[in-house]
Amino acid sequence: MPLITDRKTKPQYDVIIVGSGAGGGMAALILALNGMKVLMIEAGRNYEPQVETPMFNTPEMAPLRGNKTPGKPFGYYDATVDGGWQVPGEPYTNKEGTEGAFWWWRSRMLGGRTNHWGRISLRFGPHDFRCASRDGLGVNWPMSYDDISPWYDRVEMLIGVYGENSGIENAPDSPPGVLQPAPKPRIGELMAKKAGKKTGVPIVAARRAVLSQPMQGQRLAKELFPNNPKAQEIMALDMSLRAPCFWATDCGRGCSIRANFQSTTVLIPPALATGNLDIITDAMVREVIIGPDGKATGVHYIDKTTRRDVVAKARVVILAASTCETSRILLNSKARDKAGLANSSGQVGKNLMDSVGTSLGSHIPAMENLPPLNEDGAGGIHVYSPWWLVSQHAKLGFARGYHIEMGGGRRMPTVASLAVLDSKSPTTYGSKLKEDARRYYGASFGFAGRGEMIPNKDCYSELDPNVVDQWGIPVLRFHWKWSDHEIKQAEHMQNTFAELIEEMGGKATPKSGRDAIQRPGEIIHEVGTARMGEKASESVTNQFCQTWDVKNLFLMDGSVLPSNPDKNPTLTILALAWRSSEYLMDEMKKGNI
Amino acid sequence: MSQKPTSLSRRDALKWFAGSSAASAIAPAIIAAPNETEQAPPSFPTRSAIYDPNFAKPVYPWEKVLATEELKTANSLADIILPKDALGPAASEVGVADFINEWISAPIDKHEEESEIIRGGLSWLNTESFRRFEKRFEELTPEQQIQIVDDICDATKSKPEHHIGAIFFQHFRSLSISGYYTHSATWKGLGYVGNISIAGPYPGVPDELIKKLGLEDVA
Repeated sequence: MPLITDRKTKPQYDVIIVGSGAGGGMAALILALNGMKVLMIEAGRNYEPQVETPMFNTPEMAPLRGNKTPGKPFGYYDATVDGGWQVPGEPYTNKEGTEGAFWWWRSRMLGGRTNHWGRISLRFGPHDFRCASRDGLGVNWPMSYDDISPWYDRVEMLIGVYGENSGIENAPDSPPGVLQPAPKPRIGELMAKKAGKKTGVPIVAARRAVLSQPMQGQRLAKELFPNNPKAQEIMALDMSLRAPCFWATDCGRGCSIRANFQSTTVLIPPALATGNLDIITDAMVREVIIGPDGKATGVHYIDKTTRRDVVAKARVVILAASTCETSRILLNSKARDKAGLANSSGQVGKNLMDSVGTSLGSHIPAMENLPPLNEDGAGGIHVYSPWWLVSQHAKLGFARGYHIEMGGGRRMPTVASLAVLDSKSPTTYGSKLKEDARRYYGASFGFAGRGEMIPNKDCYSELDPNVVDQWGIPVLRFHWKWSDHEIKQAEHMQNTFAELIEEMGGKATPKSGRDAIQRPGEIIHEVGTARMGEKASESVTNQFCQTWDVKNLFLMDGSVLPSNPDKNPTLTILALAWRSSEYLMDEMKKGNI
Repeated sequence: MSQKPTSLSRRDALKWFAGSSAASAIAPAIIAAPNETEQAPPSFPTRSAIYDPNFAKPVYPWEKVLATEELKTANSLADIILPKDALGPAASEVGVADFINEWISAPIDKHEEESEIIRGGLSWLNTESFRRFEKRFEELTPEQQIQIVDDICDATKSKPEHHIGAIFFQHFRSLSISGYYTHSATWKGLGYVGNISIAGPYPGVPDELIKKLGLEDVA
């Protein structure tokens, strides 16, 4: 059953949403459930997880046994199609003088990057919203944790998140009845937990957007959409039809049974069921159109299949095209201000942040020759470490924290799974080699950090004056420089991981921060190119994602984040999009928009 | 939408990997009326075997380089490295030589380096077989084959005249292991028992194993 049947548009919509990922999908669902007529415009192709996901496919059914290639950086079966750090015909550049090229990941497909992600769903904590007040760096958010926490509750109930309340400072708990039970840890995760007890690193149940049990559609829909019988009916049915995880298949492939969260499995189907949503795929938005009164009247896009230019009109425009694409559209839009649309503050394209990332792993002798056990689990982490040194930054030499993701053990074999034999059993062949393979397979474990980067003036994107993409649209040019905070944080990660590994009985040599830190853009958590704030002079939007300069233009993706806490942005993008969509409808009712 | 498996020329495949036509400015054509009603575009209007593969009909978009004779040698050596025994099938039963052929033929930098080592090494192996026994490697008796393999299986101890063979063996063994254990027919012997659906909660680690590993306090 295709998600989209006709390529049709109406002459006028209430709202146009550019992008179909976390922010766009959430806005579309909330607006459509409330009777707004919505047009969603997606640059990539239609994508149908229920028929396209390679759920049980094995490596021998794939070229190169499923190994990664330049066109499929996360392997053949990764959900991302027409995407990656390079997209054919859609270049980007890096500015002279940059310290390391920024890698820009894009997913040109319905649902965007929500089709491929770790599903790790951590709430930002109270300190995260007051970060500048705590350490004098960056800027505070124009809202507090109390403002957003009811929306975190709603998002967790709507999409389904497993986890536990661990009571750790700045890693907020959820109210009773919101979370689904977390799956039990695997062997390596238990061993890590034990090592963490010794080294002082708390390891607790992970929070991921994966159903560990069926959803109680009736109850949830009633709580989430009081006074909206149609929304209750649609959501109760749709939630009840989602299957819980059957503990196989990596989440990175997507999920045909809709156990994990993707915009294409959780948000777009019920939004379409309202009859209020039209979707145009393969449509590359060039700019927002501004009327003589300074208000947005619609968007100008290129129909990629016919290469025709088209204008779609609406009372409100929401950009949710992903952090960098949204700022690119603003910079490419004609406005009174030469610097680009909604850019009287000059902040569009600035404050670009990714997460600090680095990893370290090792062979763990105690995991050798264990009895075979099915460790596929939830297709991602079951445990993690929230940042545990919140009050010790003065001693640490870097200002913000990180969380730790971890994994190992008996995963589905890949081309590189038994590389350990190159060192542990380098000269063997015949039956002895196969015995050694059995001994060492799954006997490894690794840690990866995801840390908060502080915005700085050297990390930004702007239009490249000399290059356009195949659609004739000027492309982005990036500039990057890590500060000492990030480099020192990466080094702390390496040392922490080495301690944990040694405690587990492995051997590890931590790298220096500068050698360890991964490339800018490689963690794919880029946010912040159109930050929200208290004042129009210092920010692009208010706390409701509404641009200060154009009242009927909203930005509902990672671009509005004023800081990039270590907790991975998707859950917060979802919460902000829901909250802002409610505000938008209120303002429309009041006649302010 | 049907898509025939095709074989691209190496040059085309390289272009494909390099990704993309050069940036070009397109003159905007007509601004169309926004109330058009058209059919949905074909499901996969931009499908390419690299960026947007069809999982049901995988395409191998490059020519494989090894000749039939080379494949015979490769199969024979792979079966010595990973023979049929109680822990699973022989390498030749799970397509290891074909995987190596596909791997070294891929137009990706790292693989091209590997290609020189593997092809050169297979020839070295046959030259050595002729020098010692006047036959190709795959035509030797098992004892004769093992005699050569034992001379090249340890690059740190091999004689200078066997050094090229030893470097080749290291690479060939690594690729054989990769190809062998990525075939699901080998997983039982390896001890991978996943990729099956389980109803109810995830079972976790059995109590006796938790006890054996001393993990009671964290389980």
